[in-house]
Amino acid sequence: MQQPRIVEVRQGILKKNDQLARELRQRFAEAGLHVVNLVSSPGAGKTTLLEKTLAHLAPDHRLAALVGDLATDRDAQRLAQAGVPVRQITTGTVCHLDAEMVGAALAGWDLAALDVLFLENVGNLVCPASYDLGENLRVVVLSVTEGEDKPLKYPTIFNGADVAVISKIDLAGAVGFDRSQALHNLQEVRPGLEVLELSARTGEGMEAWLERLVPAGRVRRRA
Amino acid sequence: MHELSIAMSLVEAACEKAAEMEDVRVEALHVRLGALSGVVREALEFSFDLVAEGTAIAGARLAIEEVPVTVFCPSCGEERRLASIQHFRCPVCDTLTPEVVGGRELELKALEVTETCSSLAS
Repeated sequence: MQQPRIVEVRQGILKKNDQLARELRQRFAEAGLHVVNLVSSPGAGKTTLLEKTLAHLAPDHRLAALVGDLATDRDAQRLAQAGVPVRQITTGTVCHLDAEMVGAALAGWDLAALDVLFLENVGNLVCPASYDLGENLRVVVLSVTEGEDKPLKYPTIFNGADVAVISKIDLAGAVGFDRSQALHNLQEVRPGLEVLELSARTGEGMEAWLERLVPAGRVRRRA
Repeated sequence: MHELSIAMSLVEAACEKAAEMEDVRVEALHVRLGALSGVVREALEFSFDLVAEGTAIAGARLAIEEVPVTVFCPSCGEERRLASIQHFRCPVCDTLTPEVVGGRELELKALEVTETCSSLAS
């Protein structure tokens, strides 16, 4: 019986995705395109937030969105009402977007003619954490109706985010949302995490969010 | 559950490596799995056997090394191992520790192989 030998590999298991994400990031940078990846659990309000965001920014900025869902193009239809290019990525049974899906969905779009691209990930607080999409900003949305302990239950995705948005704050009183505990928990799993609190429905807090996405003067205005 | 996708990427990577070596049988895959990788060990193990079946590495073992989260504590000036990924605080001085040094690994570290008959004969 011969002895097995160990052959070093030292390769990221998601090497292909990481490589594709790097290429996308390079393309985005060359096109001067700012890319925002929105992640959350199902029902946290990503689509409503994005609807309002597109409606606010569309008059002065060139926007586009890719929307991931297991099935249906309902979200894409909702978002397209803002009059910006929207494509649905239907993932079938796959619970996250990956760089290859994003790259394929961009086919034919002139990225240099866009200012901001939104990637609405599949509603899921686990799987999207592992997949780099080449984005500049990863935003995790947490609605007050989900409870203040969500960050402790899903620390990985919160730890990997650049910004946390607490959504539906107009409902905070009705559901007994413990705001200070939520803020504390967010800092426990990602010290220094930037947090924005808003209600897409009432508009409260939207200004700071929009400013965070497209700081005044930094993004080209439409001629 | 994205471990099925992860397992497919893992098996693909291992098969590619094995093909480069020629005339080896892959006995085991050594994988490093960080506590912040977002991957559940048991789900990966379950998915791996399903995915590996019928491939060049069918029957290989999956040897997983779990990597805890290591952070840099700015107060101590030292790397520390987190007690829990729910609390990014130095286990010694309780300072918040945003800087992650290790624990995101999702890596095929090595293959354990034996030579097959044709390579021994040559």
